[in-house]
Amino acid sequence: MQYHSPSSFNEAVAISNSSSGLVKYLAGGTDVLVQLKIGTKSPDHLIDIKNIPGVREISLRDDGGYTIGAAVSGAQLTEHKELSKKWPGLVEGMELVGSAQIQSRATLVGNLCNGSPAADSVPGMIVAGASVSILNSSGTKDVLVEDIPSGPGSTSLENGELITAINLPKRKDYEGDAYLRFIPRTEMDIAVVGCAVNLSLENGVITSAKVVLGAVGPKVILAHSAADCLVGTKLDGNILSRFSAKCSQIAKPISDKRGSEEFRKDIIGVIAQRAAKKAYDRALGNN
Amino acid sequence: MTKIHVKTNINGDKVEFLADPRETLLDCLRDHIGLTGSKEGCGTGDCGACSCIFDGDLVSSCLVLGVEAEGKSIETIEGMAGEKELHPLQKKFIEMAALQCGFCTPGILIAAKALLDRNNDPTESEVRYWLAGNLCRCTGYDKIIKAVMETARDIRETA
Repeated sequence: MQYHSPSSFNEAVAISNSSSGLVKYLAGGTDVLVQLKIGTKSPDHLIDIKNIPGVREISLRDDGGYTIGAAVSGAQLTEHKELSKKWPGLVEGMELVGSAQIQSRATLVGNLCNGSPAADSVPGMIVAGASVSILNSSGTKDVLVEDIPSGPGSTSLENGELITAINLPKRKDYEGDAYLRFIPRTEMDIAVVGCAVNLSLENGVITSAKVVLGAVGPKVILAHSAADCLVGTKLDGNILSRFSAKCSQIAKPISDKRGSEEFRKDIIGVIAQRAAKKAYDRALGNN
Repeated sequence: MTKIHVKTNINGDKVEFLADPRETLLDCLRDHIGLTGSKEGCGTGDCGACSCIFDGDLVSSCLVLGVEAEGKSIETIEGMAGEKELHPLQKKFIEMAALQCGFCTPGILIAAKALLDRNNDPTESEVRYWLAGNLCRCTGYDKIIKAVMETARDIRETA
């Protein structure tokens, strides 16, 4: 295995395109090094992007949105007060990944590129309407995070393509997000189910809603029809129980050691309902 | 396979070593530099026995490549005690018997130090969550948590 430490994104992509065999990009390494250790993926070339200027920075753009560098760690997100206040759901999703040791290294982009349907940070990024900047040999493009996962352990990224940053849109008043997951213990586990919700309100009434379900399908599920039943409501009456039932109906989980299909369908409804309530409360207070 | 010449700083000392790019920082610490205080429990970032401070961040050194250490500053368990005295956490762990077999202890001490360096007044919950990435199969954790809480109190009182 050859180790490369380029000083620009263009150089990183050029190395990737001119190398033969399996090429992997390295950011936090909390998945790549495990794969290397247990032998599931044995790259011929490893391209470390952490020495590229700006790759560990969170910056506020002129349009009011945030750009998060590809190697920004979970701990950096949590420590960023303003970002955590505006996007608490996104930040709390990432914060659930691993221990303090893992948080020092693990990245949003890595969590996305690993392609796990149970990735805790991915539902939050999707409901936020986040996009990724992708660099390849023909230039740069912007792609929605929701278009990246393509199945268990796989993404829509082409060989050599590199995600350089995550772009969050500007946060408006009366918007709120939340991410909740179910695990059988209190810490250090992989989601049995997870759900992120983002809501926009006007006079307390939901004007738009996004709902994403995690770990209940081969990739994250955008639950459009469940989100639609929240719009025009104040989460009053029996809306939450209808929403919950809809989420359970949309979920297409498998049975495995972490939970049976029946259990996952049941519990996703409960978790989704709580996440919607939490996002609503945050949206009310967010002005 | 071509080895890479790595220049780094460990516990305040300039250190150079030759690393196979596949070797982890933990492999390099133990096998090339002879610092065997950091332990390999799982090798996959689950147990925390290899915890080190890497450029100010608490990391599992089994999830960092040795070649990534180039130009960085690393603190290991070997650098924790002073010239003449143990670190207050080390003293307290002995005093309160917060260890049995000792295999997890270097990692737990490093992780606890990283916490107290940034927050010398943590709640018990904060200590428990912070140390969730450090597994101990002997103590049942209570003595460890109590020792960290007591050390934090001592640090506050002497500050």
